[in-house]
Amino acid sequence: MNAMPHTTGGNAYNFGFLDEYAKKEIRRAVLKAIAIPGYQVPYASREMPMGRGFGTGGLQLTLALIGPGEVVKVIDQGSDDSVNAVNLRRFIEMTCPGVSTTTRTAEASLIQSRHRIPERPLTPTQILVLQVPYPDPLVVVEPSEDKRKIMHGEADYSRLLVKLYEDIVQFDEITISHRYPTRINGHYVIDPSPIPRWDVPRLDHAAALTLFGAGREKKIYAVPPHTRAEPLAFSDVPFRVEDFRDEAGRRRACARCGCTDSFLDEFSSDAGEKVYQCSDTDWCDEKLLRKESLRGEAA
Amino acid sequence: MSYVAIKGGGRAIAGAAAVTEYLRTEEGLGNPDAEPLEIDAILHQLRHLVDRVVSEGGVYHPQFAALAVKQSLGDTLEAAFALRAWRSTRPRLSATPPLDTSRMRLIRRISSAFKEIPGGQMLGPTPDYALRLLRLELMDESPEAFRAVARDWLENCREAQLPDSYPKVLDALRAEGLLPPVAKTRRQTAFDITREPLVFPVPRSAALATMARAETGSLLAIAYSNMRGYGDVHPTVAELRVGYLPVLLPHPVTGELAEAGEVLMTECEVVAMYAAAEPGGKPQFTVGYGACFGHNEVKAISMAILDRALQKGMQDGPANPSEDPEFVLLHVDGVDSMGFASHYKMPHYVTFQSDLDRLRTTQQKSGEPA
Repeated sequence: MNAMPHTTGGNAYNFGFLDEYAKKEIRRAVLKAIAIPGYQVPYASREMPMGRGFGTGGLQLTLALIGPGEVVKVIDQGSDDSVNAVNLRRFIEMTCPGVSTTTRTAEASLIQSRHRIPERPLTPTQILVLQVPYPDPLVVVEPSEDKRKIMHGEADYSRLLVKLYEDIVQFDEITISHRYPTRINGHYVIDPSPIPRWDVPRLDHAAALTLFGAGREKKIYAVPPHTRAEPLAFSDVPFRVEDFRDEAGRRRACARCGCTDSFLDEFSSDAGEKVYQCSDTDWCDEKLLRKESLRGEAA
Repeated sequence: MSYVAIKGGGRAIAGAAAVTEYLRTEEGLGNPDAEPLEIDAILHQLRHLVDRVVSEGGVYHPQFAALAVKQSLGDTLEAAFALRAWRSTRPRLSATPPLDTSRMRLIRRISSAFKEIPGGQMLGPTPDYALRLLRLELMDESPEAFRAVARDWLENCREAQLPDSYPKVLDALRAEGLLPPVAKTRRQTAFDITREPLVFPVPRSAALATMARAETGSLLAIAYSNMRGYGDVHPTVAELRVGYLPVLLPHPVTGELAEAGEVLMTECEVVAMYAAAEPGGKPQFTVGYGACFGHNEVKAISMAILDRALQKGMQDGPANPSEDPEFVLLHVDGVDSMGFASHYKMPHYVTFQSDLDRLRTTQQKSGEPA
């Protein structure tokens, strides 16, 4: 792009854009985050050449962790082809010569994502980097960071539980839709980034390391592999994921690949009717491919 | 089905960049005399725009600031953003010791506390008393007239015997015991907000550094809230100065301080109502300090007022938003806040789907049609 003509010509920018001191600091913060699961490690987030809130926290993690031989995938809303995902991926390609990118979840060693955890279960050799706009789940009950730090230290989440309880009293339902507060390893409660509730259970005892980067709020935290991740709930009001059943109680299917066990995006077709489709486009493509090859064999 | 979720992102981005470039250059289509904006013209003729970008970008590079103004089509937030992102790629190799601003080469200096100040008042370039009438003669300024103005001013300029430096007004107040002495124990190494995260409570130098590169409008709005009711700072400008400050860096070999250049900056010191430093102590005036790159007087004054308000908030507990360090310091950064406001333009399909699920479930439970 015109914004960065130097990278192709000369060595105007360092590998991974950031200078080495910045990358080292981020890697140190990552180590601390892994050592204390769920704890928000402050770091001196650098300004990136794209908007704060567009994934600069995730990008700083990605750029600090990336090395030669890495295969990177970037997702936004489940899609590799959305404008922001394309933009971030192109920036990584531009500033990390020699690194390859992919849209296939299975092939990627490093996945940076906004709003989704891929449907396909991740493996121990993969790292998932989630972009985070609001790192602290307590912000809804306490605006002061100084006070929130004490509450986290004491694992005092009573006000958060009261909020959930008030929801039940008022609406007969917990109204938190995404960013569902999740307790990690029995202590710190994290904001698991704006992933839908659908994705939260997949953090629990996951095989892959999940890292969270909040660039604007300058925090890094982690859910290490094989670590407990429990969404806050009550014994009589359990945690529930999004419901994709139709009026008759049948699970809706993706209009494209027919999948009935993935998170679906809902939209209106030109004819005005409601259509559902997998939000994870790589998952959808893969299902479609398998379906077509099966059909091919049958024919 | 015609709508497949956000496909073709790469082509869309390229198209958006191209049409923005078209808008920047379209004047050339119908006008054979149209010339691209020269960096020098921006540097000199739009100096306050450049000063603002240098200050909010947090790096003193007027030329790149002018370039940023050009490529952002004059959007100050975007321009400061580009400058900051460039700064991210530069390692910090050295740091200056605290610089003595009494050594500034002044172009302007005023005090609203005293009629007579050592060294005298110096109005310098200011629009303060200009009548804000549109100068229609500038609608079509000829190059000859343009050049004549500067030439005439220089020719008619009286040779003045100006001192090299001016004493600080506050020093006089301090000598009289009206102000507390500068604490000897204060931290001499400034907090570097570009290398350390803000973890509250923060030292005053971190607050000052954050405000020094804050967005001017945000700083003004919060300072204004304090001035007009949601606060209690009634400032008197002891001294406002604009000038070039020599920057001293340790020599890489000898370690001795050497002048590496100078930066244009604005500095403001306000004196506020007195308070006793401790119960039963001698009452003294309190001070607020503001300083930033470039010629940005409103910013420096706002910063000085907020510095005072924040010190009060840290001492007695915040009584209003402008006295709360977290509230002020986490909300004045233009790059952070504009980025977050812009991010709402990005797709939120997944989270909205989740919202829909909650709303429908809640509606069903309350007996309303889904």
